[in-house]
Amino acid sequence: MPPKKLVQDLQIINNKRLNERHFLLELLAPEPLPVMLPGQFVQVLIENTPNTFLRRPFSIHSADKVKHTFQLFIQIKGEGTRYLSRLREGTKLNVIYPLGNSFSLPATNKILLVGGGCGVAPLLFLAQFLHKNNIRPTILLGFRTKQDIAEREEYLKYGNLLLITDDGSEGEKGQVTDHSLFQKQQIGCQHIFCCGPEPMMKAVARIARVHRVNCEVSLENMMACGFGVCLCCITPTDKGNERVCVEGPVFNTKRLKWI
Amino acid sequence: MVDLSINIAGLHFKNPVTTASGTFGYGEEFCDFMDIDHLGGIFVKAVTGQNREGNAYPRMAETASGMLNSVGLQNKGVDYFCREIYPRIKHFNTNIIVNVSGSTIEEYVEVAERINELDQVPAIELNISCPNVRQGGMAFGTAPSMSTKVTRAVRKVYKKVLMVKLSPNVTEISEIAKAAVDGGADVITLINTLLGMAIDAEKCRPVLSTVTGGLSGPAIKPVALRMVYQVHHAVSVPIIGLGGIMNATDAVEFILAGASAVQVGTANFIDPAISIKIIGGIENYMERHRIGSIKDLVGALKHDKK
Repeated sequence: MPPKKLVQDLQIINNKRLNERHFLLELLAPEPLPVMLPGQFVQVLIENTPNTFLRRPFSIHSADKVKHTFQLFIQIKGEGTRYLSRLREGTKLNVIYPLGNSFSLPATNKILLVGGGCGVAPLLFLAQFLHKNNIRPTILLGFRTKQDIAEREEYLKYGNLLLITDDGSEGEKGQVTDHSLFQKQQIGCQHIFCCGPEPMMKAVARIARVHRVNCEVSLENMMACGFGVCLCCITPTDKGNERVCVEGPVFNTKRLKWI
Repeated sequence: MVDLSINIAGLHFKNPVTTASGTFGYGEEFCDFMDIDHLGGIFVKAVTGQNREGNAYPRMAETASGMLNSVGLQNKGVDYFCREIYPRIKHFNTNIIVNVSGSTIEEYVEVAERINELDQVPAIELNISCPNVRQGGMAFGTAPSMSTKVTRAVRKVYKKVLMVKLSPNVTEISEIAKAAVDGGADVITLINTLLGMAIDAEKCRPVLSTVTGGLSGPAIKPVALRMVYQVHHAVSVPIIGLGGIMNATDAVEFILAGASAVQVGTANFIDPAISIKIIGGIENYMERHRIGSIKDLVGALKHDKK
């Protein structure tokens, strides 16, 4: 039984700009948080902007049960996200949550987390979750350039952090799949969790298939409702079209019809 | 105490607020957010003869004050609906109205016959915006003759309340409404989505996989209101209005224009409990205007004397 979905007004208690394109929103719930698992997301209502009619989905970046707060890691892409980036602490946001399924807890402890761009959003929550289960994964994050790297100290707490930038300004140079980790005979892990631009996830999934390791990705299809009724966000799988907002956003890549 | 109840073609509605097909699943999906039993009725997701996977992704585009969709009637077919879904929803204490869709007249008839057997379903809504594959994909509801033909064929096998949902993508909506009534429709529901398109200028491509899709949301309200008004003056059967209703004021406007009830659609995506708030808002309006019964508001639009 999935937990009950809530529609709540949450208060922004922190809006921290990380760099030119990314910011962190910390939201305070009026009551204890429901069970929230890594991979799940929320739908945020954005008011007062001309062209944002529908809610915006964001992965849960981290959660604090004691403080009743959770964080969203947001990339400024358009009017809606720009509006959110300017909101002051104390402003209320209406949020539907928690939505979607979650990353699985694999049987192995040889785990690799791979993230690119704003795809890193759910991976911190996942790393925290694995940490609670005494697992220390390798975390490979790809960014365009050094200035885009955010929260490295956080990731360092939970795993062995590897970085790669498009321009080589930090870590190795190239795209995520160019990293030396993927060029070895043995990639040294048994389960990969991956989130980022679709071409990146497809490339990582192909590598996983070659090395015969499990791979779970988090898809980011466009959604209208986010809770399973509009049927807009579907992705083709081995069982027909499935909703990224209910049967996903996390999928085992073996099941997806996009490789 | 105001009376929100209304009788539409012999069917009792505890209030005029219902939810539109394709925006409310089968009702059960909304149980976390609200008590379905408060509604006057729900129009469930379209049921077709066979399982349909629907169109390829992307199926939606956000537009100014609205959205485009080209879902393509994804559903598991009438068999699955009757066997698996109906038993789970039949206990809801609200009118469960099944939207019936098809590509051929035979398919509409087949589905209608099966739904006719479901005790707790008092009405069907015939979705005639579907393309008729036997007539080159032209939507049934774009020609009066086809509208009459499909309604008449379903009328023969469907014994309960027959509602026909009109497409607005026509030159003369009153003609289509009359044609559906000629075919035996008890109620006209309108409007379905308006045909539209979105383009991604950076990628130089259409946003939707199907290029065009159906526009819904506040952007279409003026068109929907106009059509409800026109149809109200063209036919004498009751009308259920929809198209961009976001709040109680919108709903009242449709009722003033001639609708006996309304459907709330796209608004459900933004506020899942909006339909309940709309019931309260209509009550509020009636108290302020000292209207005792919703029946007195239907078509009560005032005109200047000429």
